[in-house]
Amino acid sequence: MTAPSTSSPETTPAADPFAGAEPVVAHRPWPRFVLQDAAAWTALAMALGRREGDLVALFADADAVHMAVRGAIAAPVGGVAVASLPVPDGRFPSVGAHHPPAIRLERAIRDLYGHIPEGALDARPWLDHGVWGTGTPLAARAGEPQPADYSFLPVTGEGLHQIPVGPVHAGIIEPGHFRFTANGEAVVRLEERLGYVHKGVEGLAAGASLERAAKLAGRVSGDSTVAYALAFARAVEAALGIAPPPRAHLLRGVLAELERLANHLGDIGAVCNDAAFALMLTQCGLLREEVLRTADAATGHRLMMDMIVPGGLARDVPADGTERVRVLLSRLEPRFARIVELYDTTPSLLDRTVATGFVKPADVRRFAAGGHVGRATGRDFDARRDHAYPPYDRIAPIVALREAGDVDARLWVRIDEVRDSIRLIRAFLDELRAGPVKAEVVPAGEVREGIAMVEAFRGDVVAWVRLAADGTVARLHLRDASWFQWPLLEVAIDGNIVADFPIINKSFNCSYSGHDL
Amino acid sequence: MTGDPALIGLSLHELVWQGCQMLLMLVIAPALVGLIRKVKARLLSRRGPPVFQPYRELWRLMHKEAVVAETASPLFRMAPYGQFAATWVAAALVPSFATGLMFSWSADLIAIVALLGTARFILALAGMDVGTAFGGIGTSREILFASLAEPALLMITFTVALLAGTTLLSAIADHLLLQPVGLRISLALCLVALMVVALTETGRVPVDNPATHLELTMVHEAMVLEYSGRHLAMIEWAAALKLTAYLSLIACLFVPFGMATSTEDPVAMAIGLVTYFAKLVGLGVAVAVIEVSVAKMRVFRVTDFVGGAFALASMAALLLFVSRGF
Repeated sequence: MTAPSTSSPETTPAADPFAGAEPVVAHRPWPRFVLQDAAAWTALAMALGRREGDLVALFADADAVHMAVRGAIAAPVGGVAVASLPVPDGRFPSVGAHHPPAIRLERAIRDLYGHIPEGALDARPWLDHGVWGTGTPLAARAGEPQPADYSFLPVTGEGLHQIPVGPVHAGIIEPGHFRFTANGEAVVRLEERLGYVHKGVEGLAAGASLERAAKLAGRVSGDSTVAYALAFARAVEAALGIAPPPRAHLLRGVLAELERLANHLGDIGAVCNDAAFALMLTQCGLLREEVLRTADAATGHRLMMDMIVPGGLARDVPADGTERVRVLLSRLEPRFARIVELYDTTPSLLDRTVATGFVKPADVRRFAAGGHVGRATGRDFDARRDHAYPPYDRIAPIVALREAGDVDARLWVRIDEVRDSIRLIRAFLDELRAGPVKAEVVPAGEVREGIAMVEAFRGDVVAWVRLAADGTVARLHLRDASWFQWPLLEVAIDGNIVADFPIINKSFNCSYSGHDL
Repeated sequence: MTGDPALIGLSLHELVWQGCQMLLMLVIAPALVGLIRKVKARLLSRRGPPVFQPYRELWRLMHKEAVVAETASPLFRMAPYGQFAATWVAAALVPSFATGLMFSWSADLIAIVALLGTARFILALAGMDVGTAFGGIGTSREILFASLAEPALLMITFTVALLAGTTLLSAIADHLLLQPVGLRISLALCLVALMVVALTETGRVPVDNPATHLELTMVHEAMVLEYSGRHLAMIEWAAALKLTAYLSLIACLFVPFGMATSTEDPVAMAIGLVTYFAKLVGLGVAVAVIEVSVAKMRVFRVTDFVGGAFALASMAALLLFVSRGF
């Protein structure tokens, strides 16, 4: 698991932020360090700002803030590390001041826990829209409710006008507000406002039994229920030192790839439908429906909800279920090839996708955007390969990579991933042997912490869990890939026209529910 | 002349036929929209709603409350009826199953272009009336496209007028029907141009997507986004009428075969009706096939598309100036 050390005398910062910090014993598999002082926290933030590592997650407790990082900065301590800073006075140095991807995460921390990022560039609330009836619901003591008014960033210039879109849209999609400032058709700035589907998942998870918390994790974002359940299960297994049986690992891989298949098929069709090319939508929709029905037949749920639990699987997949998956793949492959050909030979469609919604490679690297957003712009990262967890440690995925960074490239990454998912599922099924699918989960009798990163169809999902001595969940944090993709959507629209926003947005397909938590 | 029973009988007879033509347009327009939706759905492997669904939708909208924005002026309430009337008259003036109907002397192509332009003007004003962002976006796009489509339509008009020696649509159809016009390059260019104009003006793919829910991409739908209830019903009905008018125009100019040239002959009238329906179905299927096989263009590429129609129609007119043989 240890990444090769890439640090050299030229690139290593003067002060190692982790120097002198003691790792927390109960934190697995990657270490967590309690930093000595705020200066080390700031040093870490500045190192992120210098691109010496990626921000993986930034979250809080009632009395501390935690920052998970990966890359060069964490190389000496195992590739991924969590840094914690106690905040007895409710203040911590802002990370966002040095590393912009942290800005929204800090605003969320402030809304939920009341910890104030000092020196932050943006002091506006994020998740809290002033309708909760309370402020800082997860803090030790509740704060004042936020005022309901919200000021968008000012844009000045001649001939500019604003177009407010949402949060209620004309179609049946999730709620989010987009504030466009445009000059005629040309977009000058887009500002997002999210948080409309905040459900209080972290608050609900505190004190929950493992069973209930697993269900909660599986309901953060319905289209990624397998990935979330897997991330949660892996974090708990890491914390408790449980090894699920081999059959469970392989079946988890099958479920995760089926979920990826269903979502990518839906997305490929939906992106093309945003260019009014409905043929792709219906043809992809047919395939997606077949995947969902097969999932239903194999697991008893179309989205495979509540299949993955800490320790393994809630129930085995019967032999006829795996057989149906095989049949599905052989039916899918030739038809998908024809759909890809249709896409590739329809110039009017390519005219809409190529060179639309370009994301700069530098932005993708700075934000460590995962999934198709990152990989379509040449960010070669896939949690399945780079933090190889079972079953991908034995059967590795072929990471789809494109450089163009436009809508077309994001579609091709999905197309390549569909092809690879088909290959992976076949390989997993070939390896499958009869056996148990669940290991016993026993409470450790002490506080344990675990972290896991799982590749959902959107990108890497991170789960961090702290278990109480009796095995219940003391604290659960789930970080959706969309946290680092939503901000890039704001820059992807730069230089495009208003009418092209929907197709760019769909090519990102960020999660509202997973982000708003 | 007045008081002559035979003449009164004749004009009554003609009035009935003219009334039939006007009602026919009104009645079949929603079915044409339903047909296109149905064919499109079948081409997309969907079952699709029944062909007569648009009638039910109109019925439903007629019975729903019309919500009007607080900032709306009286214009907002009147516009749906104004544009409906103008569009209906324009559609009714296009000869469908017979030429030489009572009002055909007024069925001037330029008048039809002007009527459709009036309807659009009224709706564009209403689109901006409430002052929402979408009304403004939709209106500006609609007017942008129309400012290019209208000259193209006029050039088409001039081309066929050069051939037939008149801008009276009924007389043009008669001319094309009865004279040995033959296959002409100018007419072929006009046909392509008119199809482009028709797709643009009626808000079909690749210019606009009547089925979309994405408010940011809409053209016509964004302009009328504030409308509901009976107002929306009038707008939808007018949109269907406009589609019928354009397809009828294509049928009348380029496939005039089967049209009755005299209201005296019931058999000819029957043949005219049957062939007219067949032409509409054929053109409706063509629209559906086009909608399924191409994606929608970028907004600013539409100007090239419609500009192309203008160029083609201009070329056709120029060719006819060079020689009547083209």
